[in-house]
Amino acid sequence: MELCDLPAHELVRQLTSGQTTAVAILESIFRRIDAVEGRAPSTGEPLTRTGESPTRPDDNEQTLHAYISIQRERALERAQAIDAQLARGEDPGPLAGVPLSVKDIFCVAGTPTTAASKMLENFVAPYTATPVVRLEKAGAVLVGKANLDEYAYGSSNESTAFKPMPRNPWDLARVPGGSSGGSAVSVASGEATVSIGTDTAGSIRQPAAFCGVVGTKPTYGRVSRYGLIAFGSSLDCPGPLTRDVRDAALMLNAMCGADVNDSTAANLPVPDFTANLNEGVRGLRLGLSPDYFRLRSPDPQTGELRDTEITPEIKQAVLDAAQKLAQAGAEIVEDVEMPNTPLAIPAYFVISRVEAASNLHRFDGVKYGHRTRAQVSDLREMYRKSRAEAFGLQPKLRILMGMYVSGAQYAKQYYQRALRVRTLIRRDFENAFDKNGKHRCDVLLTPTTPTTAFEIGAVYGDSVLMQYADLLTVPANHAGTPGLSLPCGLDSHGLPIGLQLLANDWDEATMLRTAAAYEQITTNEEWRKMRPRVLAA
Amino acid sequence: MSDEITPELFAHLVELAALELTPAESEYLRKELNGQLKAIAELERIPVPADVPPAAHGVTFTPDIRPALRADETRPSTEAEKILQQAPETDEGYFVVPEIPHTDLG
Repeated sequence: MELCDLPAHELVRQLTSGQTTAVAILESIFRRIDAVEGRAPSTGEPLTRTGESPTRPDDNEQTLHAYISIQRERALERAQAIDAQLARGEDPGPLAGVPLSVKDIFCVAGTPTTAASKMLENFVAPYTATPVVRLEKAGAVLVGKANLDEYAYGSSNESTAFKPMPRNPWDLARVPGGSSGGSAVSVASGEATVSIGTDTAGSIRQPAAFCGVVGTKPTYGRVSRYGLIAFGSSLDCPGPLTRDVRDAALMLNAMCGADVNDSTAANLPVPDFTANLNEGVRGLRLGLSPDYFRLRSPDPQTGELRDTEITPEIKQAVLDAAQKLAQAGAEIVEDVEMPNTPLAIPAYFVISRVEAASNLHRFDGVKYGHRTRAQVSDLREMYRKSRAEAFGLQPKLRILMGMYVSGAQYAKQYYQRALRVRTLIRRDFENAFDKNGKHRCDVLLTPTTPTTAFEIGAVYGDSVLMQYADLLTVPANHAGTPGLSLPCGLDSHGLPIGLQLLANDWDEATMLRTAAAYEQITTNEEWRKMRPRVLAA
Repeated sequence: MSDEITPELFAHLVELAALELTPAESEYLRKELNGQLKAIAELERIPVPADVPPAAHGVTFTPDIRPALRADETRPSTEAEKILQQAPETDEGYFVVPEIPHTDLG
């Protein structure tokens, strides 16, 4: 196996025992990038103005386009510095030499930081986001900035202004998921070993499920949001995308913790998330909820909301996983009711849009970002033209909805009501995990997504249908609780299926321990031997 | 059944949002917004008792895990040069913008 396909913990082991060098690891990553990445994206193609399918990549291209920008020299300097540290007998850190892609929603000093938008196409960040500072301090080597949905608005990476968009390594005609699409692609394809993304309604977990990697959303407040271009300030969670669960634990160890620059980063000690990984699941209570198999979602043809059963293959994969974990000593708790689950997307439509509209007000052409070159008669016209020219469809949609549902006449009916429904969604989780309650669950087992990866162009343009891709992931964002997706098999098209684990506040350790046990139990399964189509070529 | 967001209301939202749109964009976005409102209407399907409080965020931030405020001491801004370099137009440390619209109060 190539170095670029190994998990981080194995690379660190080889590096610190002298079997390889940080430069050799990085060069393996660069060779893979040269083989599968394809041309750098640009914003040259016209913005999709009325929701027609984004330009399809050439069908003959066997290329992935995971990155918006790659910083080869910077990466090489860091790798050389790490090798020099090792030669001097110094400890370069627990992630020494590990190649890292960073979702281009994080400011990294000296790099273009675009949020995949024309608005920030030429913006070079003057500072680095706290979680990235911490990962670099732990020895990680930043390779480049990964592509994403514009401003993290989306579940398919189709809304990026930087085209060609990233494509699913398992089937290049399909989306990688979003909004952390480029992050998931880079880890799945060996173009990075680990990635840092963000999860606001499932934007780490869903692309991880679609691309067959491990995606972890920590508890809200575990990871500082300083330096993260904000989408939904009460929902955004930075987190890792990795090849396995141990790597997720290593990433969390490095990135979590209080930060003087973020008053929503909890003042809690960071446990060693690797400490309990091998404890197994004996005695753990793992819950199954019918509300995650029975979906209330729009009919793809008519748009009408109706109750439907989830894709049988996906349901079966989750039940198989539960059975395996039961055989390993876990207690499966059935019928854990989470009755407010169907309200999670409707509430998200309101809350996230209000927060997004507020967070986008700052992009006005005054201090940074795009300013119109057109002749303007006054400041307000400058605002309008700059924003109209540089924002894509998705930001415009979110701003307008945010304005509507927070307007004085409508706020009680919409925004205030949504915040109260959020309390009900939160209570579903509190009840499920309550140690004195009916079910006393330690972890919930659910599907991550209602479907496997859909085709490029199949959903984009229908903003309601697209949002409902996050139906099973968004409840944890409302509740603030942690969640994780890991691969649990392939469907009949050969596409990855994601198993989601949900845990109580601050209890990433139990979630990781359950995930690690599942990984160990399924080590020799046939589907683990399958590789993404783009690598098999 | 008429759309909740009429073209007139939509135009007002566009002005609040400091945007300007082509007629084609406006029609498409207005249609999507009204479609989303149908999903949002699901919030009305269940009763929400009056004593259910709003949740600004999910996890409870108790005083012991909330970060303390820092001391009220001035710290110099070290990034001013880099920040000004990003600006479209500056003049001696000021951001230069067009004139603010004037309204006659007379």
